[in-house]
Parts: sequence; structure tokens; C-alpha cells
Amino acid sequence: MTELVISGLRAAAGGREILRGIDLTVRGGEVHAVMGPNGSGKSTLSHVLMGRPGYEVLGGSITLDGVDLLALPAWKRAAAGLFLAMQYPTEVPGVAVQTLLEEALVATGKASGDVRRLMVEEAELIGFDERFLVRPLNVDLSGGEKKRNETLQLAVLQPKVAILDEIDSGLDVDALRAVSRRVEGLTNERGLGVLAITHYSRLLTELHADRIHVLVAGRIVASGGPEVVDELERSGYAAYRELDDTPAAVAAPTGALADPFADPFGDPLA
Amino acid sequence: MTSLADEVRRVASLPLPTTELEHWRYSRINAIDLDAYDVDLGSSLEVIAPKAGVTVTDAFDGHSVGHPPTDAIDQLHDERALTTVIEIAPGAIVTDPIVVIERVPDDGSAVFSRLVIRAGADSEATVHVVRSSADISALIVPVVEIDVADAARFRFLDEQRLGRRVWQLGKQTSRVGRDATFLSGMVALGGDFARLAIESRLEGRGASGELLAVSFGEADQMHDFRTIEDHVAGHTTSNMLFKGAVEGRASSVYTGLIHIGKEAAGSQAFQTNRNIKLSQGAWAESVPNLEIENNDVRCSHASAVGPVDEEQRFYLESRGVPPHIAERLIVLGFFEDVLERLPVPAAMPGVRAELAAKFDRREVAQ
Repeated sequence: MTELVISGLRAAAGGREILRGIDLTVRGGEVHAVMGPNGSGKSTLSHVLMGRPGYEVLGGSITLDGVDLLALPAWKRAAAGLFLAMQYPTEVPGVAVQTLLEEALVATGKASGDVRRLMVEEAELIGFDERFLVRPLNVDLSGGEKKRNETLQLAVLQPKVAILDEIDSGLDVDALRAVSRRVEGLTNERGLGVLAITHYSRLLTELHADRIHVLVAGRIVASGGPEVVDELERSGYAAYRELDDTPAAVAAPTGALADPFADPFGDPLA
Repeated sequence: MTSLADEVRRVASLPLPTTELEHWRYSRINAIDLDAYDVDLGSSLEVIAPKAGVTVTDAFDGHSVGHPPTDAIDQLHDERALTTVIEIAPGAIVTDPIVVIERVPDDGSAVFSRLVIRAGADSEATVHVVRSSADISALIVPVVEIDVADAARFRFLDEQRLGRRVWQLGKQTSRVGRDATFLSGMVALGGDFARLAIESRLEGRGASGELLAVSFGEADQMHDFRTIEDHVAGHTTSNMLFKGAVEGRASSVYTGLIHIGKEAAGSQAFQTNRNIKLSQGAWAESVPNLEIENNDVRCSHASAVGPVDEEQRFYLESRGVPPHIAERLIVLGFFEDVLERLPVPAAMPGVRAELAAKFDRREVAQ
């Protein structure tokens, strides 16, 4: 059974500690949502998980089925089964999505002969126009088309766990529904584990999360079922900010002691 | 056979160009070794053209769009170059590209050539020049002069695949008539120091000129492009996109001037030069310039020199593509928008293959 285990994860960007001890486990077939206000560390979490340059991991661990992801560069994390659907997918002129997928599948030792057929099938499922398949990656695509393109790649690459970084932004209602149906399909058909990061509860009306986590100031301050969303709808993130009374620490150099107050095994509010 | 040094002494009253001149700044011209070459008196051009609508002759009447000599190389060229003239009849539609093969035959030779092209009024044609050599040490001074008459649609591709010890001091001058369209593409792959100075004069109202180039320098190669786009008449349009990669200790120079004259109201000019620097030792200079004498115009220019984009690299790597393959895809993809617009699509697979081979040689070298 697939298991992404994030334990006591602390990370900094630009010398400032942003993630201050994240504990989260995503198993195959589960959908977890991480919700948080601007600046809470949502995007940092997705970037640090995937290994984007520019972040400093100060402590903790990330493993996928026992593989230490923090020891791997981004492409090997992908090969190990992690996928990141980006909030702002990068334009790569002159590189077609099919070429990218073929190279990715070859590099990870998976057959790539059927990529074209798979792409066409997946495009159909999410209402992604076939003419976009031959375009350079993300060039001249609208925000919604970019998100469909990310979903299509996710479906073709068949990772174990997918992080969806604000997949809802830029998608209209119909597109959000189509993308959500496809992601749920992948969790059922292939046991995909999902970590969906979002600012708005709108995503969760379409994508049914098994568990919802509230991220405030670099910590998960609440976790639970759909009632967490209801609570958020009622009182907003402000109510959770009060729970976070620890001022952000100045980032310590790598190798410093872990936060003595963080419980690496526990959910802070459990 | 006479040495180039002797010929320069005998023929030239003007000095040799040097890097003191703005037009030759950053170039390797000071390192030219005149004693290393003997002047070759044979013709280096071979034209393969369809019969209908095209006339090819060596009888040159001296009438062309070029300029009087400004230095010793120009003078020697005037004296020594054999000229080939290609004329496209007015109104003729020539669908297949006219192919011009230019070969540098001998080690130690200096080759001077002139190709004069006259695209008749309302004609349509494409000329594809392929310049190549074996791995020899040589100098080539190719001059191309193109007259695009009113309402003609003329496309030109200059594919430079010289050996890596060949120097090129090339020139391309064009005049574009009323409502005529000129597309000039350059592919610079070979050469040691390979220079091409391009001047495109939009002389007729409504004329348009598009300049496109790709270059890839490896080892010690230097590609040197100079462009002048001169908007003489009103409602003229120029569009320029040059893309280059440099790796190893290779270097490239792009300097370009858009000049919009007093009479050129309603004109548009766009000039873009982008360069990828693939190694610490590589170097690229990019200097775009605008000179505008009429306010009723739309102009833009952009230039950039930088390494492979980190965001693009991360995007591809996050999908599981290993770093060296990600970089290969990005670098080859970088050229695609130019390659797609170049004339002679049938020549592009070969160009793509050579660009890829250059990238792959780099990996072996590392």
C-alpha cells in the first residue's frame, strides 16, 4: 500500500522559516486537502515535496513507500512516484507535451509506445482539446487549459501520489468538475494518493476529500472530515490564527536542533 | 595562385577592417592571417533551378543593390568575385526552391563569390543557399545581393555548414519594393569565425521584410551577425527574430539597427535577439539599436543572454525527465519557433539533426 509520510518537516526560503513542523500521511486511494490562507506555506509545502531549488530543508523527513525523497533530486522523486500539478505551469517553448511524457516514461523505465493513444483518451475525459496536444508546453494556453494539461500529464504518468497545487485556480465550474472526476477516478482505479492544496473550499465541493488539514503559519492547526470546511466557512482562517501563538523562528542553519516543541508523530490538535 | 596578402597589396587602396570600427567591434577580424590563403579564381557557385520562370547567368551587368567598397576586403571582392545572376521573371510563380550550392574546394584557398538575385515584379520564389566545405582551412567572402521588385514574394535561406576551420566574411544586401514581401532566414552552424552582415532596405511603400536566424556555436566557434533594417518608405514592416546558443568557449555577436526614416510614417519594426549560454566559458554579445526619425511608428526591441531557464528545467524534471535530457529538450525547443518560420521546410529535419548533434557533442566533451 502506497504511503507518503511527511514527518516534522521544516523548511525555509530566503532565510525565513516557512514550514515549521508538518506531519502528514497520505495513503494510496486517499484524498487529503490542505487549506490555508495566503502566506501559510501551502506552495512552499508543494515545492519542498517535489524538490524545487531555492528552499532549504531545516529538519524532518519525507518518504514515499520507504524511499527517502529528501535525498533525491526532483526527477528521481518523480521516478519514485511523486507528481506535482503546478499552480503556475511553466511555459516551455518548442517542447510538446507528448515529447515530455515520452522522455519521462523512458527515463523511469516504463514503456512509452502508447503515449499518443493514452493522451488522446485522457484529453477526452477532461475535455482538453486535442489540438493542444501538439502545442509547445503551456505556451498560449489559458489558465484553465494549463490545469487540464497538468491533469492529463498526471493521468498518463501514473504516479503513486499527486500533489495538486491550487488545481482549482483558473478552472471554471465545468472544468473543475471534469478534472475532479478524473482525479477521483485515478484514486479509485489505480489507488492514487492525492494531496490537494487550495485556498478556497470551492475545490472541495467537487473533489471529495477524505481528510482536510488547515495550514496556518507553517503548521497544520486542524485536521478532520468535511466539518473542518464547514467551520472554515463560518469563521474563516482568522479563528485558526489564534491557535498559532508561536512566533516564526528565524531560520537556523542546516543541522540545527529540531524544534523541541514539535511532536513528530502527532497531529498538533488531535 | 597569388597569396591573399599580395592581392590585398596589389588591389586595395582602402585599409583592412579592424575592431576599431563599430561595425567590426567584438569580431575576430584583427586575427585574420592574409598569408594563410591563396586567392581562388574559380566559381564556387552551382545553381539548380527549374527552367520555367528562372534565368541563371554568369553575365553580370554590374547593376545590383550592393554598396561601393568601404574597405580592402570589399575592394578585393569587387575585383575578384565571379558573379552568378538569378532572375525570376515578372509574374512567375516558382514553387520548388532554387538551390544554390557553394563549396569551398581547397585547403588554404580564399573564395570570393557574388550571387545577384532579381525577383521580378509580382513573382514568387524561394532560393536556398547551402554553403559547405570539408574540414579545411579556408576563407570565404560570399556576397548576396537581392532585389525584390514591387509586389514580389521572395524567400531566401542561407544555410551555413562550413568546416570548423573556415572563416566567412559574408554580406547580404536586399532592397524590397512596393508591397513586396521578403523573408530571409539564416542558419549558422559551421565556420571558425563566421560573419554575416545583413542589410535590408524597405524602399517601397507597404514593403515587408522578415529576418530570422538560428546559430549554435561550439568549441571555439564565433558567429557574428550584424543587421540593418532600413525603413525608407511609409507603411513598411520589419520583423526580426535571431536565436543563438553558445557552448564550450564559443561566442556570438549580434548587433542590429532598425532605422526608420523621415518618410516612413505608419511603419512597424520588431527586433528580438535571444541567446542561451550553455557553459561558463561561452560568451554572447547582443546589442539592439533603434534610430527613429518619424513618430508615427510602432517599434519594439528585446535582447537577452542567459543560461537555460531554471523554471523550465524544474518543470520538465518534476515530470521525471533527467537533467541532461531536460536541458536538451529546452535548448532544441528554444530554436523551434524560428525553425518553423524559416523558408524551405524540407531542409529543417537536417538542420534539427545538426543542432541536436551539436548539443550531444557537448555532453561527450563534458
